[in-house]
Parts: sequence; structure tokens; C-alpha cells
Amino acid sequence: MGVQVKVMQRPEPGRTSYLRAALKGMALTFRHMVNPKKVTQQYPEEQTDLSPRWRGTHVMETHADGRPKCVACGLCPTVCPANCIRLVGGEDDNGNRYPIVYEIDEFRCIFCGMCQEVCPVEAIHVGQHFENAEYSRDRFVYDLDRLMEQDHPSTLLWDPSDPRSE
Amino acid sequence: MEPISGLAGLVAMQLKIVGVFSAVMVVVAYTTLAERRISAWIQDRSGPNRVGPFGLLQPIADGIKNILKEETMPATANRFWFVVGPMLSIIPALVTIAVIPFAAPLPTQWGVVEMIIADVPIGLLFILAVGSLGVYGIVISGWASNNKYAFLGGLRASAQMVSYEVAMGLSLIAVIMLAGNVTLTEIVWQQQQLGFWFAIPLSLAFILFVISAFAETNRLPFDMPEAESELVTGYHTEYSAMKFSMFFIAEYAHMLTASALMATLFFGGWDLPGTWDNAFLHEGQYIRGFDEAGAPIAASLAVWKTLLTAGAFAIKTGAFLFLYIWVRWTLPRFRYDQVMSLGWKVLLPVSLAYVMIVSATILVLDHLEVAYGFTFGLVLTAVSGACTVAFLFFLDRDRVIAGAAVPHRLDRPVRMPDTRLPERSSVEGD
Repeated sequence: MGVQVKVMQRPEPGRTSYLRAALKGMALTFRHMVNPKKVTQQYPEEQTDLSPRWRGTHVMETHADGRPKCVACGLCPTVCPANCIRLVGGEDDNGNRYPIVYEIDEFRCIFCGMCQEVCPVEAIHVGQHFENAEYSRDRFVYDLDRLMEQDHPSTLLWDPSDPRSE
Repeated sequence: MEPISGLAGLVAMQLKIVGVFSAVMVVVAYTTLAERRISAWIQDRSGPNRVGPFGLLQPIADGIKNILKEETMPATANRFWFVVGPMLSIIPALVTIAVIPFAAPLPTQWGVVEMIIADVPIGLLFILAVGSLGVYGIVISGWASNNKYAFLGGLRASAQMVSYEVAMGLSLIAVIMLAGNVTLTEIVWQQQQLGFWFAIPLSLAFILFVISAFAETNRLPFDMPEAESELVTGYHTEYSAMKFSMFFIAEYAHMLTASALMATLFFGGWDLPGTWDNAFLHEGQYIRGFDEAGAPIAASLAVWKTLLTAGAFAIKTGAFLFLYIWVRWTLPRFRYDQVMSLGWKVLLPVSLAYVMIVSATILVLDHLEVAYGFTFGLVLTAVSGACTVAFLFFLDRDRVIAGAAVPHRLDRPVRMPDTRLPERSSVEGD
């Protein structure tokens, strides 16, 4: 296979026109001006409909009494390809494991959703949310309390029996 | 009624200067907004619509931003001329509007006020002279930036503006011949007397003037000095903040002047159809026209007429401003050699020939003692119409502007680039 050269089919000399083509173009732009196909989304007022499988800011699910569902098994920091989860686990008097420190660096996260897939107790989720602007960089490390405060819906996992989410 | 004079005249003059200057600056500011909004609509976007209702405060936000921005000064630039360049560019652009009449004379209790800042007897020549001074600002700033793109932009600006100055001047000769004067108030008056706005009896001159005016104001499709795709932004590449803003204001003020000039010279200025609004200072009296015996008829001036004619002038000028914007967002930029060949090989000879035809027609009409009026205009309309049709017919035959592979002479074969690949063996032999 060599280099493919495409020869443009240009009109013959004497068969082209500038003025008529220019007037045609002016008519076209005028039509668009008076009747624009408005595709701009006026963003802060008009919100995008996010897909139920949109993977955004994380959510930590809680029990009814407010404790995190996390059992500090250590699977999510292990599976995380971006290495953005810091987990220090502990055990209470009843032998229940709980996270002492649970931090996610949202800058480092690549939003692959593998933490949600791997979680055995459905505690950590990625969520349908993307507006996480802050005034300083250190605010992007979300600690456990902040992850539990997130109230946006969490992401629907991909279902192999319904690959197109229909 | 008498024209205003004395102290009242002086006060009226100051008021007119302040009023017109502020109006020009406001119109320039809002033309930039119109440009952005209209370009957005043409491209199916929304444009700036956040600052104020419908984005109407956007020009103010732009102004504040430009004032607060950092002024950069390239280390290798010539400091003096780098600073002088923008000033030289903005002054001629703002001065030229002074000689354009923008409404019918305004009657006041102190006398009649002419709605023009300076009714200089050489109005049209003044505009051509001062308007072409604008090129100095561009050339000097391009050179002083000590930047190759800016320098090329400046060079192109000088070549282009000098070239189209010729065609522009020659296309105006026809107007001057028909009006018999270069004073702009008198040109408006003569259009009222003829009963035709000059765009009709001098249609080809109008077309030539529009083309050269686009080239003179460096607007697309003639924006060679800026040419973003080739020259970054041309002569103002190195400028920032308020100095850049001055070039910007100068460009739009030039546009405004050119639009006002097109309205005045070819669309009757502030004139509205009919003779009810006509007014001209003839031997110390305002007259509306002459009766059968040649005696002057006094004009009836009124404030509402002044306002109405000012509105008419604004609408005509605005229409040309819109044409500028519309063309800019439709037509692609010409190649440099196309610009030059259009200027020197087409517009110059055509305008020369047209001057000859128009002068011959006027001479014949004068010999036949046809009165300056409807018949006179009708004959000129027919002659000019024939010229326009011929001009457009020949211009639109691929002779002037064509694709890169198309030769200018049709009898020569087309040289297409050789697209065959080299032989396999010769490649391997290396």
C-alpha cells in the first residue's frame, strides 16, 4: 500500500463563477441568521440530562443510623488504577471493621467506576454529578464525611444482559 | 429663517461636537456587539448574551477589561512609534465623520442649526485625504513592532490601501460630476433636486465604491493586513490592552464613516422620498427647491423633520454596517495577488471607462438642454444600468477570481499538479 492521492474534482475554467456563488453564500448565511438552528445550551440555567450510567463524583452510601456502609476491606484502593483512594481500616469492640480514614483524590481519579464494581457491600459509588469546581486544590481530596454528604444519584452499573441500557 | 450665528452658534457647535463624538463612540461599541451577535446567529450560535439584557452591556465589560489589562511592550519594539501608531490610526477614523451631514437643518429660536459639525467646502476631498491617513497608523505600528508578521501586515495594508484609493477616488468622480460640487451638503441637495438617489443613476459607481470601501476599511474579503491564518493578526500582533482597543475602535469607526459616506453619496444622506423635507441654504435663505420661473421656494423646517431625517440617516448607515458584517461572515479572504489584480486590472480601468461614459452622457444631455431632473436621471440610469450589467457579466466569467489551478487565460491548458507516484524500482535503488 502506497500513499493514496486524492485528486480534487474542480470545475473546468470558465465554468465557475464568483459573483453568483458569493450571492448564494450570502443568501445561505442570511437564512441562518434570521432562522438559526439554535443548538447552544444555556448551561447554568439549562442542565444536561446525564445518562444513568454517567460516572462522576463519588458517593459513600450510609446505613440508616448514619454510619458508612464501608467495611474497610481494602478492595477499592487495591483495584483503583489511578491509586487515588487512601483507606485506613479499624475494628470496633464488636469486631466490625470500619474506615478510620477514607479519602478520594478527585483530581487523580479517572472515573473508571471500578471501585463501585469491586465493592462487596455496595458502599462506594460513582455518581451522576460533575460540577465540582472549588477555589483551592486541597478541597479536591474528599474525606469520608464529604463523601457521605453527597446527595446526587449514584451510577447504574453496566448490566451484561442489557448492554445498551434499554 | 436665518442660520444661527454669534455666541449661540458657538454653543450649538460645541453641543454638536460632543453629541456626534459620543454617538460615534456608542455606535462603534455597539457595532462590535452587533458583529459578535450576528456572526453567532449566522453560525447557529448565541453570541455574548450574559452581560445585561441580551448582552447589551457587553461593550462596557469589554472596555473595562481592555483598560485593566496589562500593557505589553516588546523589548525590540521602537518605543516611540509603537505608542504613536494606535493614535495615528484612531484620529483620522474619528475626524472624518465631522463633515458628513446627518439630518435636515434644525430650527431653534436662535436660528437654524445645520446638522453637520463642519460644512467644509471641500468635504469629499477632506474625507478622502484624512481617511487615507489611517494607513500611516497601520504601517507605523506594523514596522515599530519589530515582528515579521506585524511588518508584513503593515506592508500589505499600505499596498492595498494605496491601490484601492485610486479606484475609490475614480468612482467618486462620477458623483462629483453629477452633483457639480464636493461639499457633502450640496451633494445631498443635488440628489433631492434630481429626484433620484445617486445609487440609481450611478449604479456602477456605487458598486465600485462599495468594493473599494471594503478594501479601504480592511474588512473581509479584503482583510489582508490582518489575515489571521497567515499573519497571526497582522499589524496589531504585538499590541494589547487599550492600544489594541484603539485599533479596534479605529477599524469600526472607519466602517461607520464608510457606511455614512455610502449613505450620503449614493442614498441621499438624510433625505427621505418626496420634497417635503428638502432644505438647503441658498443665498442666506433655506429653500426647498425652485419653481417654474426659477424663483426659490422657502423650505419649511421643523424639529420633527430633523428627527425623522436623522432616523433615516441612521437606518441607511446601519444597513451598510450590517452589509459589512454580513459579508465578513460569508465570504472567505482573497489571495494577495487576487486583491491586487482586482484593484489594478479591473477596478481602475473600469472606473476610468465609467467616468468617460458618464461624462459623455452628461455632456450630451446638457447639449440637448435636458433640465436637471427626472428625465436627466432616467437617461443616466439607463446608461449606468447597461454598464453595470456588462461589468457584472464580465466579472463573473472566471477571469478575475478563480481557483488556484485555474489559469487566468482560458485558452491555456490547465496545469494540474503531477499526482503520479514515483516508480517502485527507483525508490528502492536509493
